[in-house]
Amino acid sequence: MRAQHGLGRRADTIKSILVILPSLILIGIFVYGFIGNTIYVSLTDWGRGAGLAERPVKNFVGLENYVQLFTGFIHARFRQDLVNAIFYTLFVLAGTLGLGLLLAMLLDRAVRADALFKTVFLYPMALSFIVSGTIWRWLLAPSGGINLLPTVFGAEKWEFLWISSRDTVLSFNWQRFPQIVLIVLSVIFTALLLRTALARKSVHSRKRILRFAALALAGWLLVLLFGAIREKVLPYPEPHGFNLATLGIIIAAVWQYSGYTMAMFLAGLQGLPAGIRESARIDGAGEIKYYWHIAIPNLRSITFSAVIMLSHISLKMFDLIFAMAGADNANTGHPSVNMYLTTFRANNFAVGAGIAVIMFMLAALLIIPYLIHSYRERAGL
Amino acid sequence: MTAIKPRAKRTGLYLGLGFLMVVYLVPMYMTLITAFKDPADINLLTAWVPPLRLHWRSFTEAFTLLGPKFLNSVILTVTATAASTVLGSLNGYVFSKNKFRGSEIVFTLFLLGMFIPYQIILIPLFQVLRSVGLYGSLFGLITAHVVYGIPIVTLIFRNFYDQIPESMLESARIDGARYFGIYRRIIFPLSIPGFVVAGIWQFTQIWNEFLWGITLTREEAKPITVGLAQLAGGQAVSWNIPMAGSLITALPVLILFVFLGKFFIRGLLAGSVKE
Repeated sequence: MRAQHGLGRRADTIKSILVILPSLILIGIFVYGFIGNTIYVSLTDWGRGAGLAERPVKNFVGLENYVQLFTGFIHARFRQDLVNAIFYTLFVLAGTLGLGLLLAMLLDRAVRADALFKTVFLYPMALSFIVSGTIWRWLLAPSGGINLLPTVFGAEKWEFLWISSRDTVLSFNWQRFPQIVLIVLSVIFTALLLRTALARKSVHSRKRILRFAALALAGWLLVLLFGAIREKVLPYPEPHGFNLATLGIIIAAVWQYSGYTMAMFLAGLQGLPAGIRESARIDGAGEIKYYWHIAIPNLRSITFSAVIMLSHISLKMFDLIFAMAGADNANTGHPSVNMYLTTFRANNFAVGAGIAVIMFMLAALLIIPYLIHSYRERAGL
Repeated sequence: MTAIKPRAKRTGLYLGLGFLMVVYLVPMYMTLITAFKDPADINLLTAWVPPLRLHWRSFTEAFTLLGPKFLNSVILTVTATAASTVLGSLNGYVFSKNKFRGSEIVFTLFLLGMFIPYQIILIPLFQVLRSVGLYGSLFGLITAHVVYGIPIVTLIFRNFYDQIPESMLESARIDGARYFGIYRRIIFPLSIPGFVVAGIWQFTQIWNEFLWGITLTREEAKPITVGLAQLAGGQAVSWNIPMAGSLITALPVLILFVFLGKFFIRGLLAGSVKE
């Protein structure tokens, strides 16, 4: 009987593998194979302008395309796009998380007709970025829409150019880019070091303190070193910063995705045991105290998931930017738009692949740890 | 004192929620009034004023322009949604109820596919579709949506099947049901909500998709999002037609959302929160 059971299990395993085999092959080729291929293409010259050739004779050029993207004269737009992508991500994250949490906290109080409110806050999520982009372009038209709102109250109309402003704030010099990255990293490691050192002691804390201390020290040493040799990545100063023209697109994205974070946070808040809230109230904790000290700290893993999903969406901003500002508007550019223009308009496949790889690397910084974490949780490790 | 304070608080809460609701509805209000206006009445200064009479002409005009692409999107979305949910259901059965050594690793490897920026696979996808003669056609687009939909639908079905108790399968096993018998007799009949959640998710994603639509198809196979972008692009457009086009493009998913909102939210959460 037992032997038969064992045999049955093995037969089942074979059936399982056969069932997932088509998906496995497809994922293997279309995800992993294609990622590998794109990385390879980014290290070639694509047959030097072979453009749309189906089988170009590619020559290996090493990291040349990346060097060009980060320091080449003609790729200045890509560098601004990269800076834009950072600001897009930061502002969309801050906006959707903040607004989503606010909405969730409001709806967490046994509101009547909460289904209606939820529907209204979530419907933007069901729309295509092309639809919301088209609508918001009309709303943010320079001499109409939102800019006319103050006139309803008898005030002067606004003149702000939501999508077409040419102003930039928080400018920095790209020549200093390596130093800036190093300083930011060093500050982060120092903050982590202080946090671990000041937190209550645990078994792992000594190891962690040492690790962060080493990283912070190495970071600051490199900052000093770079400062001393004054290595410059460009022969001329090149300012990049936060383009105000991206504000309109950020607003549209926050409008569209804050309902998503609301749904996530609301599920988290309502998943908390009802007793916690009661006992907090009995202990004399007000609403604010309850959320700040009890509810919000419990939303940590949901926030982490939301950050992963939203960062992924912010890399998909291509559609929204395309619909609101068009692909050619350099002020609102994004690496994804640049990748499209470089690859499918200029037929420069090798550099397009390079941009795609840089985007993938940025995404991987978050996704790989997330996947490893979720694997460990599922496997009970 | 204590009797009044909670009440005032309550009023404040509803006032706040009401205000936010108005803010969220403003874009929809603007779209509706612009789409229903007589084109001659549209000007920037009176943009916020609703029309006195409803004009349907913008809708007929927009639909004449978008019609063929609307049909493309229907074929694309229905086919790809059906194919990927069937695949996802079978995969979910394996990853939830028939785990084997290494299946968690395979599942994690699948999941990477839903988090990549699709630019990273776009160039080989474009080349491969061209070399097998699928570039430009609706079928190429369907293939892409089915393949890259596998991770999320597998995840949705796996989470769903995790809720079916092992004891139900055990009793079927005692009755003599084997691997596929259990799927057919127990799992599949219980899967309807799973198919609805995964189906709505895929329908929304595929209907709304734009990047592949614009890079992998020729004019005759372009989906509706590309049609709307063409309609609304350019500077000299009058806004009534893009607004009517936006409503036409949004309508199928909005209908799904309004009537099956609960399942929509479940799909939304499935990607991240453990059910």
